[in-house]
Amino acid sequence: MPSQIECEEAVARLLEYLDGELEEADRSRVERHLETCRGCFDRSEFERRLRELVAETGSAPAPESLRLRIRGLIERF
Amino acid sequence: MEDWGVISRSRSSPPREGARGGGGGPAGAPPATGEEVTARRRRVFQAEVERLMDRLYGTAVRLTRNRADAEDLVAEALARAWSRLDTLEDLQAFEKWIFRILSNAFVSGRRRSRETPASALLTGEDEGDTESLFDRLHQPFLLWWDNPEQRLLDRLLREDVERALDGLPDAYRLAVVLVDVEGFTYAEAAETLSIPVGTVRSRLSRGRSLFQEALWPQARELGLTTRGVGG
Repeated sequence: MPSQIECEEAVARLLEYLDGELEEADRSRVERHLETCRGCFDRSEFERRLRELVAETGSAPAPESLRLRIRGLIERF
Repeated sequence: MEDWGVISRSRSSPPREGARGGGGGPAGAPPATGEEVTARRRRVFQAEVERLMDRLYGTAVRLTRNRADAEDLVAEALARAWSRLDTLEDLQAFEKWIFRILSNAFVSGRRRSRETPASALLTGEDEGDTESLFDRLHQPFLLWWDNPEQRLLDRLLREDVERALDGLPDAYRLAVVLVDVEGFTYAEAAETLSIPVGTVRSRLSRGRSLFQEALWPQARELGLTTRGVGG
């Protein structure tokens, strides 16, 4: 059974938790803390939503000129 | 979707003894010719690229911060990808594979460029973190549906986010783009950037802090706080 952690440790590990970079035991400890601590849960949700906004900038409608260029390129492969 | 395994086997190794349809052709049919295999590979490649085109282009814009350069980067990456198609063993891995190639093409291009001295990628690594947006905005006594930090997220425009990202120093920007935009693991980002995982971790931390710092003016413009930039 993972031990309880305090807010300070949860905050310190939060970004790696959201990145999926924590080992199972640490991930479980952070998760359990978030289930019981309103402040850390709010922080986690804020970081998660902000991360989603960042991820969304990685998609943009490709211009038709690029699509045509790539089709031509692939046809010549 | 075509069977990539069949296409791969047909070009790289003979079919297993007893396997049906040697050479990628249907059962009992003669083995596919080299031309047929190439045509099938091209068809699959084209379909996958079309499916991912907006994300390839969008990611390239984030990496290059320039739309014309982004188009060139996508074209270069796809040419590289085609020449290395033999390294792709499973079509399910195409997406991750192609974004690795896109990022590697960008990073190796930067290393070749005379415009960007290596030192520009290495500044400010040990500077401390700034106060997070959450810490600046959060007011624990408010009701959950009236949190200023949530209101900021609701009202942030994409261009605000893009401007904040594009304004980061390169070392931090690349770490943030690889992990937060492209979804790389720390290890994958480290390999792409040729730096230790610990350095990826520290650059991410600093980059995210600076990114949030850059969004602070939006929070003030939206009237979500009366605190100054420094406190």
